Amino acid sequence: MLIRKRLKEKKKEEIVNVALKLFAEKGFYNTTIPDIAEALGMSVGNFYNYFESKEELAKYIMQYSSNILGEEIRKISEMDISTREKILLLVRRFIEIAEEKPELIDYFLRVFLSNREVFKEGCEGFLCVSSVVTELMLFLEEGAKKGDLRQQDFFPAFVTVMGPLGGIVFLKGENVLPKRPIEYAEDIGENIWRALKKD
Amino acid sequence: MESIKKGLKNLVWIQGLTCNGNSHSFLSINDTLLDTFLSNINILYHPILTSEIEFKDVYKRILSGKESLNFLVVEGAVSNKKNEVFFQGFDVFEILNNLKDKSDYILAVGNCACYGNFPALYNENVNGLQYRFKDKGGFLGESFKTKSGYQIINITGCPAHPEWIVRTILSLDFGYDINLDNFNRPKDFYMYLAHDGCIRNEYFEWKVEAHEFGTKEGCLFYELGCRGPLTHSPCNKILWNEKSSKTRSGMPCIGCTEFDFPLRSKYFETKTNIGIPEEVPLGVTKRAYIMLTGVAKTFTNQRLNKKLEDTD
Repeated sequence: MLIRKRLKEKKKEEIVNVALKLFAEKGFYNTTIPDIAEALGMSVGNFYNYFESKEELAKYIMQYSSNILGEEIRKISEMDISTREKILLLVRRFIEIAEEKPELIDYFLRVFLSNREVFKEGCEGFLCVSSVVTELMLFLEEGAKKGDLRQQDFFPAFVTVMGPLGGIVFLKGENVLPKRPIEYAEDIGENIWRALKKD
Repeated sequence: MESIKKGLKNLVWIQGLTCNGNSHSFLSINDTLLDTFLSNINILYHPILTSEIEFKDVYKRILSGKESLNFLVVEGAVSNKKNEVFFQGFDVFEILNNLKDKSDYILAVGNCACYGNFPALYNENVNGLQYRFKDKGGFLGESFKTKSGYQIINITGCPAHPEWIVRTILSLDFGYDINLDNFNRPKDFYMYLAHDGCIRNEYFEWKVEAHEFGTKEGCLFYELGCRGPLTHSPCNKILWNEKSSKTRSGMPCIGCTEFDFPLRSKYFETKTNIGIPEEVPLGVTKRAYIMLTGVAKTFTNQRLNKKLEDTD
C-alpha cells in the first residue's frame, strides 16, 4: 500500500513538472488536459486518477512550488551564519532557482498572479503559498530577535524582500537585463539587508 | 479560633516576605469548602486569624513534642541567611530549620514561597522553599523531603486560588496520593492552562483580536499580552469568587502561576519580532503555529466580527 502511495506521489510530481512548463509557456487557458496527458504519454482518463480538474492541478502546482522555495528558505534560516549573509544567500538561491527552473517563476507571474479566478477557492490568502510565507516569517523573526533587523510590521519587511526578487526575474523574463540576474545578486542582497537592518 | 480540636490534623501557617495576598485569597474560600476544611483541619495558628494561643506557644508546643504538626503552610519568600526575615519575633530561618522535619507536609503557597518571586529579584539570599525561579534548590535544597515522603508542595499563583490550597490539603488529609508536576505543583490543578475554559476561545481559533481591556469580544493573546495558552493554572475551570476570571472580564492572563512571572517586563503587550509572536502556545512549534494562524486568518467567521449582543 505504502509503495503504491509513493508511486502515485512520484507520478503526481511528473505531472506537475510537465504541466508547470506547459502552463508557464502557453498560459492556463491555452493548455488543455489532453495537452498535458499527451506530453506525459498518458491517457486523459488516467490523468483524472491524479487530479480532479485543471484547476486542482494548478493549485497543487502552486503549493508544490511554494514548498520547494520554503524548504530552501528553511535551510538558510537554520545555517549558522550572520543575518546579512543569510539575506545575501537567500537572494542568490532565489535567483539560482529562477535560472535553473524559469518555469517556476513564470508560472507564479503568468499563471498564479494573472489568473486569480482560478485560485479563488482553495487558495485564498496565503493558503497555497503558506510555506514560503511561513518560512520568511521565521527567517525575519529570527533576524529581529537577534537584534540585527529593525522591528516593524511583517508586511513591509515581506515586500522589501520579495519585491526586488520578483522585479529582477520579471526583467529577466522581459529580456531587458544586460547581465545575467545572478550577477546582480550581491547588490540586491546588500540593498535588502540595508533596508531591513537595525539603525 | 478554638485552640485544639482532638482528632483533627494540625495546620500552622507562617509567613516570610509577603504582601498577605495568599492569606486574603485563602480567607475568600466559599462556605461549603470552609466548613469541610474546618471540620477536618485544625488551624493551630494563622497570622491574621484571631487565636487564643500566640505563635510562640504553638511553636514551643510543637518543638517540645506536645503537639503534632501535620501541615506547615508557608506564605512568602524566605532567606538563606539568618536574621533577615522574621515572623512573630522569630527568625524564619530558624523556624523552618526547626519545623522542616517535624511536619508531615509542607506547602509553599503563592509564588513568593514557591519561587522567591519579586522579593528574590532584589536580594540574592532570598529564595522560595525549594526553588529559586526555575532552579531547584531554594531554601531547603533540591532533595529535601518531608516526613510524608513528599517534597515541598508548591501551590503557585500571585495569589494562589483558595480552592487549590484547600483541596490539596484536604486530599492529603483524606489519604489520597497527589501527583506533582516538574515544579512540584499538584497536577490536578496545574495540568490545565489558563486558556482551558476561556470563553474567548472562539476568538482565539479564528484569530480575532481584542484591542482594549474589558470588552467581551476578541482574544487577548495577540495584542494585549495574554499568557493563557502558556500558563499552567485552572483559572478558567475553578473560577475566582465562583464567578469569573481575568480573561472572562477582559483582562489578559499575566502568567502569575509560573516561575518567570516577575522576570517579564511588559505584562500587557505581546512581544513580537517583525510582527511575529516571540512565544507561541505550549506544545506547538512556531512553524506550525504560524502556518495555522495564516490559514485561520484567511477565513472570516462573521459571528466574531459583531458585538456579542448583536449576534444571532
